[in-house]
Amino acid sequence: MKLKTLAFAAALAVSSAAQAQSAKLKVGLMLPATGTFAALGTAIENGFRLYVAEQGGKLAGREIEFVKVDDESDPAKATDNVNKLIKRDNVDVLVGTVHSGVAMAMAKVAKDTGTLLFVPNAGADAVTGPMCAPNIFRSSFSNWQPGYAMGEVMAKKGHKNVVTITWKYAAGDESVKGFKEAFEKSGGKVVKELSLPFPNVEFQALLTEIAATKPDAVYTFFAGGGAVKFVKDYAAAGLKKNIPLYGAGFLTDGTLEAQGADADGLLTTLHYADSLNTQRDNSFRLAYAKAYKLQPDVYAVQGYDAAQMLGIGLAAVKGDIGKKAEFAAAIEKAKIDSPRGPFSVSKAHNPVQDIYLRQVSGKENKLVGVASKSLADPARGCRM
Amino acid sequence: MDFATFLIQCLNSLQYGLLLFLVASGLTLIFGIMGVINLAHGSFYMIGAYMAFALAPVVATTFGGGFFAVLLVGTVLAVLLGYVLEWAFFSFLYEREHLQQVLMTYGLILVFEELRSLLVGDDVHGVQPPDILAGTLPLGEMMTYPVYRLFVSGVCLALALGMWFVFTRTRLGMMIRAGSTNREMVQSLGIDIKFLYRVVFAAGVAIAVLAGMVAAPVSSVYPGMGNSVLIICFVVVVIGGIGSIRGALLAALLIGAVDTFGKVLLPQAAGVLVYVLMALILLWKPDGLFKAA
Repeated sequence: MKLKTLAFAAALAVSSAAQAQSAKLKVGLMLPATGTFAALGTAIENGFRLYVAEQGGKLAGREIEFVKVDDESDPAKATDNVNKLIKRDNVDVLVGTVHSGVAMAMAKVAKDTGTLLFVPNAGADAVTGPMCAPNIFRSSFSNWQPGYAMGEVMAKKGHKNVVTITWKYAAGDESVKGFKEAFEKSGGKVVKELSLPFPNVEFQALLTEIAATKPDAVYTFFAGGGAVKFVKDYAAAGLKKNIPLYGAGFLTDGTLEAQGADADGLLTTLHYADSLNTQRDNSFRLAYAKAYKLQPDVYAVQGYDAAQMLGIGLAAVKGDIGKKAEFAAAIEKAKIDSPRGPFSVSKAHNPVQDIYLRQVSGKENKLVGVASKSLADPARGCRM
Repeated sequence: MDFATFLIQCLNSLQYGLLLFLVASGLTLIFGIMGVINLAHGSFYMIGAYMAFALAPVVATTFGGGFFAVLLVGTVLAVLLGYVLEWAFFSFLYEREHLQQVLMTYGLILVFEELRSLLVGDDVHGVQPPDILAGTLPLGEMMTYPVYRLFVSGVCLALALGMWFVFTRTRLGMMIRAGSTNREMVQSLGIDIKFLYRVVFAAGVAIAVLAGMVAAPVSSVYPGMGNSVLIICFVVVVIGGIGSIRGALLAALLIGAVDTFGKVLLPQAAGVLVYVLMALILLWKPDGLFKAA
């Protein structure tokens, strides 16, 4: 008798577990867990999980189950990794990633298979350009956006002749292109476009070129270790006090501790800043700090917003992700209540957002003002 | 390019070349003389840079010393690390094929990167040069030149001179050179070749770590920094001729010049110029500029 009850209870437990399984929504997180971008991957995942936790671990009534793959920021392994998530793990939704090359491979597979994809960082213009698709969304930015905003800012400051310097790779090229478009439209002139191979950090020769050219100002796109070294070398070469330096926000994001006093006063443009001081941002920062004992950054915000966008889409279709058209329509109509400030998405699914002008002061990117209001990426090459 | 700019670019290329030599010279020792393909060389450089960052507060509180004390402590630790690594891993590799050496040293890269991530994290850090070297010298009307970069060049020259002296003018150098030509013969002459190699290996590691520490204030400290120097180090050693310190110095200066002027004059091709240079030199001299005797 006793044995029978036990077996019954066990059978019950098994069947209810199976039922919960079928109701769970599988989210495949393909983010960097090792390598240069590991810290960014962690911030994105933290942000994403924070929103899901705030909703009680469920979005539109469906429990969320995470499957993780380390993408190693290696484009060569990207297609295999995405296919693993889709075919082996049967994920319903893909989230990733930081590196643009890897994100492009993910977009390609997502486009072919129709799997939902949320890009929480990679800024390659093409993701919401030629690669755009009804099932691909971006919660971050396009490389074009901060560059374009800075072009307007520098033209307004009265600079006429500007030199640009960046790594010769997609993100750098796209950022400079956006900058040049806005700056030359307002009557300025890019007198020289300097570049060096990625990820080379020997800047001395090019700094000498800048000194010889004597421009009114310099626009730059660098990130991570390269950004630290560039800002320090620029100051050490004595250029900082003679030729003002401006950059896309990545120049001074996550790097201020290492750059020290050499970064003081630098002006950069990005869709987030350290002292927005809105109620929405303050409550987000407090919740994040409580949950992870860390200060959030722009990457955490992008992860958080990717989860919000997923939540909005799911709510509209009551958790049934088969209804792709309604899912997309709901996100396209929505105003996403982001810590960075509310934004909507363009037809190509890239955020239409305010780009802020920030100034470095005391190891923070302090808000100066809005550089460009509701800036939308032109989505060149997108047919949808 | 006017003449003043040209001179400054020459100074830049000299300085970059010397820095390359500093980083690559440890590899010349280990790869060139001991014949072990050591892919983990970049990791030793990375360890050095992280030591300059992480040891500074520890050294300051225990010994009360500044940057130079860190260099000293770091070098001592590096010799120990090299000695232990040789004893535990590399001593088994001398008789093996190159492929097995590549596999093991590649494994070491992964281990060191992961340890770095666990111990120090994945953030980017900066290291301040010591106060007495923190100044700048005026250069032309617009630019200044950091004194610390001159100090780095000085360290490179001193190291090049020191290595040349030890190898060609001392008994120890003679034994090492003999050992690289014929291990068994040297052993039969009553020289403890095992111990000798352990010392050479430790020295190679120490030089790489020292290079990382000295370069840290100008290069900043970041994950994956070791891998970025590894390839260029191999280029230096191969162009210079395997095992030749004189060759490595010349190769490093040559690469410095090609890279600096390439970036300015031919920016589209800057990424490949160094490798084109290597290909041309190997066509002309398949053993590199100076092959060790």
